[in-house]
Amino acid sequence: MLAVGLAHYLTVSAILFTLGVLGIFLNRKNVIVILMSVELILLSVSLNLVAFSATLGDLTGQVFAMLILTVAAAEAAIGLAIVVIYFRNRGTIEVEDVSTLKG
Amino acid sequence: MTVAAFYLFAAVLVASAVMVVTSRNPVHSVLFLILAFFNAAALFLIAGAEFLAMILVIVYVGAVAVLFLFVVMMLDVDFAKLREGFQRYAPIGGVVGAILFLELVLVFGTWTFATDAAGLRLNPTPEGVDNTRALGRILYTDHVFLFQLAGLILLVAMIGAIVLTLRGKPTSKRQDVARQIARAGSVNLRQPPLGAGLGQIGIERPPVEPPPEAKPKQVEHAGHGGGHH
Repeated sequence: MLAVGLAHYLTVSAILFTLGVLGIFLNRKNVIVILMSVELILLSVSLNLVAFSATLGDLTGQVFAMLILTVAAAEAAIGLAIVVIYFRNRGTIEVEDVSTLKG
Repeated sequence: MTVAAFYLFAAVLVASAVMVVTSRNPVHSVLFLILAFFNAAALFLIAGAEFLAMILVIVYVGAVAVLFLFVVMMLDVDFAKLREGFQRYAPIGGVVGAILFLELVLVFGTWTFATDAAGLRLNPTPEGVDNTRALGRILYTDHVFLFQLAGLILLVAMIGAIVLTLRGKPTSKRQDVARQIARAGSVNLRQPPLGAGLGQIGIERPPVEPPPEAKPKQVEHAGHGGGHH
């Protein structure tokens, strides 16, 4: 059983999720900070899963939180690889220049 | 005591998340992200998920955040220029964030557990077994496909990252067929006479470019004031 209460965890998780979305809006040009904001969002989701898992006494939530951690690590690796080759080709990481292929 | 610890860690978590989003220097952003991960791990510990807390510290702080740090420091980017749109996008970001937060509060505030939720649990937490052991028991039996899916995702990510960033070595001696054929004068169609051997035809060799002649150095005469002439 949770010592603190589910509502506290959900509030923290909601604040974290909102901050992640806000980070995507604020740093429109910097891909690296956008990736970090996505990491914050995934962290808030796994916090949610863990809080529900602890409240209900059901371990399934923690198993799914592990899957989310895996996906977040894979996403960070692929995203940073794309950033590196983009910088190698263009000399910048501005997101607004990405639409080169657009007709 | 636990409640006080929870509030402390949650406050530091939210503050460091704010700093991740608004920090001027991306290196500071990464360092605050690491702080946020540590505090989230503490929240996991308070919730009783010890294994996930340790995984969070090892995987996120040890691998992902360090990867971010490497990339941020490796790329020579003018980060001040990247922040130009910060003020412009702040209002719309604030509005969207506020709406999203209000919606989340509405959902979480009006929502309740089902009355038979305790009976619907898929994997009830066993008594007297620590968290890691209990997770292992269900992860390798009931959820083995999920486990293998996670492995597959990591494999694809690894191969993808390698393929994306791989560059051929410029000194590699591997045959490049297209470049060989496109080379000027390298393919030459001949009709050799029947029965003629190499002694009559001679060995066909690609034309050799004459080595660039060493030009005599131009002696700079101007600038001496012309006193000798």
